[in-house]
Amino acid sequence: MQELSSSFAIAFSLIGTLDADLFEIVGLSLRVSLSAVGLSLLIGLPVGAAIAIGRFPGRFSLIVISNSLMGMPPVVVGLLVYLALSRAGPFGVLGLLYTPTAMVIAQTLLITPIVIALARQTIEDLNSEYGEYFASLAIGLGHRVRTLLWEGRYGLLTVGLAGFGRAISEVGAVMIVGGNIDHLTRVMTTAIALETSKGDLELAMALGIILMLLALAVNLLLSFIRPSERVGKKPTAASY
Amino acid sequence: MMMSSGSRRRILWLLVGVLFCSFSAGVPAAQDSIVIQSTTSTANSGLYDYLLPLFEEAHDIKVNVVAVGTGQAIRNAMRGDGDVLLVHAESDEEEFVADGWGVERFDLMFNDFVLVGPVADPAGLGEADSVSEALMRISRSGKFFASRGDDSGTHNKELALWPSAAIDPSEASGGWYRETGSGMGATLNVAVGMSAYCLTDRATWISFANKQDFSVLYEDDPLLFNQYGIILVDAEKHPHVNAKAGQIFIDWMIGKAGQTAIANFRRSGQQLFFPNASPSADVSASEQ
Repeated sequence: MQELSSSFAIAFSLIGTLDADLFEIVGLSLRVSLSAVGLSLLIGLPVGAAIAIGRFPGRFSLIVISNSLMGMPPVVVGLLVYLALSRAGPFGVLGLLYTPTAMVIAQTLLITPIVIALARQTIEDLNSEYGEYFASLAIGLGHRVRTLLWEGRYGLLTVGLAGFGRAISEVGAVMIVGGNIDHLTRVMTTAIALETSKGDLELAMALGIILMLLALAVNLLLSFIRPSERVGKKPTAASY
Repeated sequence: MMMSSGSRRRILWLLVGVLFCSFSAGVPAAQDSIVIQSTTSTANSGLYDYLLPLFEEAHDIKVNVVAVGTGQAIRNAMRGDGDVLLVHAESDEEEFVADGWGVERFDLMFNDFVLVGPVADPAGLGEADSVSEALMRISRSGKFFASRGDDSGTHNKELALWPSAAIDPSEASGGWYRETGSGMGATLNVAVGMSAYCLTDRATWISFANKQDFSVLYEDDPLLFNQYGIILVDAEKHPHVNAKAGQIFIDWMIGKAGQTAIANFRRSGQQLFFPNASPSADVSASEQ
């Protein structure tokens, strides 16, 4: 395991020397995965809220489907998006294959089920907690959804983090739809896979260390905007 | 210490800003560009890192390389997901052109395949007189052989070699014959991990960094010749193909500048690829 210490040395020298290629790859990783998280929140929060609060036929099936799609292998998502965006596929004319946009689409598909499933659970719990409160005020559905999303914001932040963690760490989907093209679609995970296949295990591990530091930094940054954990108490209905 | 709600809000806005930028940061300004569907050996050895800056300096064309196994590269090109195909499976390449997917196939360069394995060489490949004898020794010894198993150029070459030794390795699949279904580098990692013999192209082997106690144990049989070809994807099948830029790239590769550059490329002081485009290819290409 002495490789690990030299991997740490490589990792820190890459960061310390502000290696241009590294920063390009890190930048693209963040750009793609944060975009995917943003899009999946836009799609997943309303859908999750609708399933949580609404009572409509097919609701139970939707819950089961979104829960099972959480386990969808990235490589399958990649394959689906590849077949759709390939020139011979239905959306081939758009010319999106092997672009960062294709990677955002794939990761969005990958993590939207996670956002839907987790958001539904969070909102459903809050809804039952606040049920009497809402009933006593007799407020409308739109207001109710807004209130629940706002009151559940810290829980939903964790939902976003779960999605981000899945997106930034997957390699199967972005490899297929991005093509791991140098200076165009190469991200951290595909770079790690590439260096591993070159047999440069120390550099691959160094990139892995940097990826984990990145995830740490993102989580740390987000932890500053959720005061509840820091003071160790949960906002209550009374504070609303 | 708890943060003030003001600074918390600032961080929130900062995040929103980052998110917004990540949406709006688009693809770089449109420049003439092509996609090469390529075998992994040329990419993993660093050949493109050396060649492409030279080409891009001479022509204002951005070259994007998708490195996959030869089989996958050919199928991707058939779907129209590339402008140029650069692989090493001559009969498949000729079929690709004959079926109308490619315009014309040109010889580009060659090197050779080698059998690698643990230095201790338990199967005694060092004493073999031919590659078929070497393969026979592996199967007789029952020592592991790591096969690509992924329909790549190297895998096709390997499958074509076994009959010369009158062996059907598929019978031993999962036994001494182990198909990794992975790229060359990944398969070499597996081979090193389980002390298995392995067939690899010499370029990938020389640039492979995780050799440990492995070395080349058998080489120099004429059967181990490894020819690379280059083909323009036919714009009649896929009208969006950037035929003009693709042809400029092919002309450069098989022309004097590209061939010289290929010959000049070195890893660890060794030449990895030997240019062999026929001189007339240059002329016939410009007639296209």
